[in-house]
Amino acid sequence: MRQYAYFLGCIAPNRYPGIEVATRKSLADFGVNLLDIKGASCCPAPGVLGSFDLWSWLVVAARNLVLAEEMNADITTTCNGCYATLQEANHLLKHDVNLKNRANESLAKVGKQYRGSLEVKHIIELLSDEIGYERIEKTIRRPLKGVKVAVHYGCHFLKPSETRMHGSVERPTVLDDLVKSLGAQTVDYKDKAMCCGAGGGVRSANLEIALDMTAEKIDNMIDAGADCLMTPCQFCHLQFDRGQIELNEKYARKYNLPVVFLTQLTGLALGMNAKELGLYDNAVSTENLLKKLQ
Amino acid sequence: MPSILKRQTIREGQRDFVEEVIDQGSKIFPRADMVTLRACIQCGTCTGSCPSGRRTAWRTRQIFLKTLTGERKEALSAEDLWNCTTCYTCQERCPRKVRTTDIVRALRNLAVKEGYMRQDHVRVCQIVLKYGHAVPINDEAKAIRQRLGLPELPPTVHQYPEALKEMIRILEETGFRALIERKE
Repeated sequence: MRQYAYFLGCIAPNRYPGIEVATRKSLADFGVNLLDIKGASCCPAPGVLGSFDLWSWLVVAARNLVLAEEMNADITTTCNGCYATLQEANHLLKHDVNLKNRANESLAKVGKQYRGSLEVKHIIELLSDEIGYERIEKTIRRPLKGVKVAVHYGCHFLKPSETRMHGSVERPTVLDDLVKSLGAQTVDYKDKAMCCGAGGGVRSANLEIALDMTAEKIDNMIDAGADCLMTPCQFCHLQFDRGQIELNEKYARKYNLPVVFLTQLTGLALGMNAKELGLYDNAVSTENLLKKLQ
Repeated sequence: MPSILKRQTIREGQRDFVEEVIDQGSKIFPRADMVTLRACIQCGTCTGSCPSGRRTAWRTRQIFLKTLTGERKEALSAEDLWNCTTCYTCQERCPRKVRTTDIVRALRNLAVKEGYMRQDHVRVCQIVLKYGHAVPINDEAKAIRQRLGLPELPPTVHQYPEALKEMIRILEETGFRALIERKE
């Protein structure tokens, strides 16, 4: 059985536990075991902490990497933000010996040493490469027939492309292909590759600007006839889900587009029930989507 | 700001700031990436690609102009510097392969060193220094976790107080706490 160290981050365990459950259960269904990284912290958040002090950001990230190294397991994560931090920190430390030595001087004070022995993989990579969409297509027990999904890629899974190396950043297909393997269809919409608005510390300090971007994306998805929106990132997930409620409250809008995490959608197609996947715990009701699946 | 950017402006202008930005970024990123700052030709592809620039006064090209012409205070104190969501669209599209987003991150680090920081961001940092998570657990999430069959606290620093101490010690060692808590 293949094993990965599951880096939880903040938002899944502390706001959307359904994402954590759906990820563990869906991956287990394919024989991938997700291990706890005991004592892991915030990745730390690339937007605020990275913008404040990249050095502190790097050393805390290195500590999280070391915890997984001690388990002899590669890391996987369900957040583009955590992925951005851990993948980039790992890349920088692996390619610069001086940087690695300096980081290890700091880590030595807490008895840790970074070796550079692991890879950081987004959960998308586990589904697309490790398991493979053909196998997913053959395994699903309840194809999501007739469901129109607007896919959101987020920014930091794909970009910067020099370090991520996942192909086209302007016309990616990896998530659309996942949706198709689950028996659903995807809708193309205007500015599909656009940011959700939350990153870079914008949500925490300039909420109205972040929400303005969110509204633009949701409008485009609705115009394209989407039944739901699928996210690959905990932070984008929060921004779209809570964000719709915030838009409704602040600007008297009436948004109610269900937001589903990619492993929740996978779990549904595997035949798991909405309740165990935490789909009743979102801010925006998922009722309309679930009715369509009955 | 000069209305026309002349060759002389850069040659005779304050080059120190360009070097300072490159040095700051090179503490973490490869120097070869940071020196791409000098390759900017002010074409504006960055601004044209920017989702934040469509709705705010943030102009990526302009911050690079200010940086290249040595307008240190204007560049570092710009409130709009914090409207970049770091989506990397500009960096991907830059025809001169300038590491625009990474250079913005370096500029922000310098801005913070100068004391230009938003209180909302400071609050996020304080939360991390206290709980080890930027978004810590709350009662609602605890209840959901239990209902879904998960332990009340996740197996992170939330469940391991010694690990939290270790993480905070790192943030003290790197000078992060001092940066956040210093008195102006």
